[in-house]
Amino acid sequence: MTNTNSRFDITAARQRCLKYRRRILDISQQVSALHGAGAFSALELVDCIYHGLMRGLPGKDSPDTFLMSKGHGCMSQYVVLEELGLLSPRDLDLYCKVGGRLGCHPDYGNPGIEASTGSLGHGMALATGMAYTEKDIHKNNGIVYVVLSDGELQEGSTWEAMMMAANLNLTNLVAMLDHNGFQSFGRTSETHPAFYPIRPKLDAFGWEVVEVNGHDGSAIHSAVCQRKGDKPFILIGNTIKGKGVSFMENMPIWHYRSPNPAEYLQAVAELKEVIA
Amino acid sequence: MRNAFADVIYEIGQKDSRICALVADISPAGSIVKFREQFPERFINTGVAEQAMIGIAAGLALKGMRPFCYTIATFSLYRPFEMIRVDLCYQNLPVTVIGMGAGVIYSTLGGTHHSMEDVAVASAIPNMTVLAPCDPAEMRLMTEWCATQSQGPVYMRLGKAGEPDLTASATDPLEVGKIRYLQRGTDIALISYGITMGMVKKVAAALEASGKSVSILSCHTIKPLDRAGVEQILSSHNRVAVVEEHVPHGGLGSRVKEIAWETGAKCRLDTYSLKDEFVHCYGSHDELLAAHGLSVEGLLSSLR
Repeated sequence: MTNTNSRFDITAARQRCLKYRRRILDISQQVSALHGAGAFSALELVDCIYHGLMRGLPGKDSPDTFLMSKGHGCMSQYVVLEELGLLSPRDLDLYCKVGGRLGCHPDYGNPGIEASTGSLGHGMALATGMAYTEKDIHKNNGIVYVVLSDGELQEGSTWEAMMMAANLNLTNLVAMLDHNGFQSFGRTSETHPAFYPIRPKLDAFGWEVVEVNGHDGSAIHSAVCQRKGDKPFILIGNTIKGKGVSFMENMPIWHYRSPNPAEYLQAVAELKEVIA
Repeated sequence: MRNAFADVIYEIGQKDSRICALVADISPAGSIVKFREQFPERFINTGVAEQAMIGIAAGLALKGMRPFCYTIATFSLYRPFEMIRVDLCYQNLPVTVIGMGAGVIYSTLGGTHHSMEDVAVASAIPNMTVLAPCDPAEMRLMTEWCATQSQGPVYMRLGKAGEPDLTASATDPLEVGKIRYLQRGTDIALISYGITMGMVKKVAAALEASGKSVSILSCHTIKPLDRAGVEQILSSHNRVAVVEEHVPHGGLGSRVKEIAWETGAKCRLDTYSLKDEFVHCYGSHDELLAAHGLSVEGLLSSLR
């Protein structure tokens, strides 16, 4: 399957993701909460979409679209949009502050933000409508990328939309599941033990499914570029919530809160490039 | 009204390639088949999946389309409520949600199929426009307005089938956002919207027969409400009555009372609505309305 950006420099991607993690930690010191752990788990997925897959600048000259269905992970999107020059450093410095325009969930109308998300279970239907318009009405070659959380698979609306995307044969819809195994309350597999494994459910809904290490930019990029492309495509990215900071990994408390100054220093000290 | 809606959507679909029709297993009969056959790429049936219908419509609108979403009111507004609030209203997208068979018109299907509080629910959301045409002619003009002029989300409350023409000899033309005199009088003003307008016209005729001069007003645009128009009505009649097929709170009656209070209106003001109770009986539409106190005879005995 073509019509993706075919070049992806994994060395540069690792350096970017290290920089993003540091930037997110820095911003965390301005606010009491920012969903940092969920942003860390999605970071390589989001970076690969923007830098490796989408063509051109989103909302400017790109034919492609990106939706952060797991809106609470938007800090991973903001730092990439800053890197791309769509958001300014001042935008991020004013995150969640009076006079700023960026909050804890993406808001439609801000540069690079193509839909308002944050309420879980909305992104898949939005992406389905957008992909359908591109493919069957405008008949262009626009690809719609959407990043979902695994918690969102508990929303019935996600499955309604996945059913429709397969019915409508949306071969231009590329979803990525940030499968970090955690939700606000704890492990997703403890909330819904009978739901696992996930993959057969996605197969059964008529999607092409690939499972990779979601912190491996090369694997993500290759999987999308090599998809068969005869069905909507979903990549299960197996990730670690809080990836990159040992004491944040897989600890539900970091779903929402920001590190205190001592924790911040410890986190910064141990950051290094993630080599999956 | 639903058949006329299908005709209109087909006509405007021919003129405007941005018009899409989404249905959730319920479709307006007849002409929607023409729309689907002529514009298959602009017709989507999500099946019994109303959340997907609204979310997908939002995705279409984000890409420049002007979708209409159509099913029975309770399923088009209540089931996907949060999608309507967030996807359509928060993002302020030009999507029209049709609530077909609103009120208690499905009089034998039971309370699961009634929408007695839809005006209150829809009106509560910022950015939402709430429309309720009283006959096929109003519906036609309002659908055209939704297709061509609306800048944001609309909830349009429709009846079912077979509504008579009530506005052919109306005093005022229809203008979205303006309360409309169907006839002008001097003593009593009767304000309504939607299907109960037929009852109101009968009440007006009877009152006139007993010597009263009656104004009839179609308040087809409930949100944004024509505040100046309502003030004018309150100040120029001795008696004003609001009739609506809706629970007593959060509908047009409540809004008119608010305006009357805020402006110190001197007229007598009565509101007639459904009760704040679910309907557990069956029968014809008129019989259900009568069970909740809405009938020509009941209104006349109160207004005479």
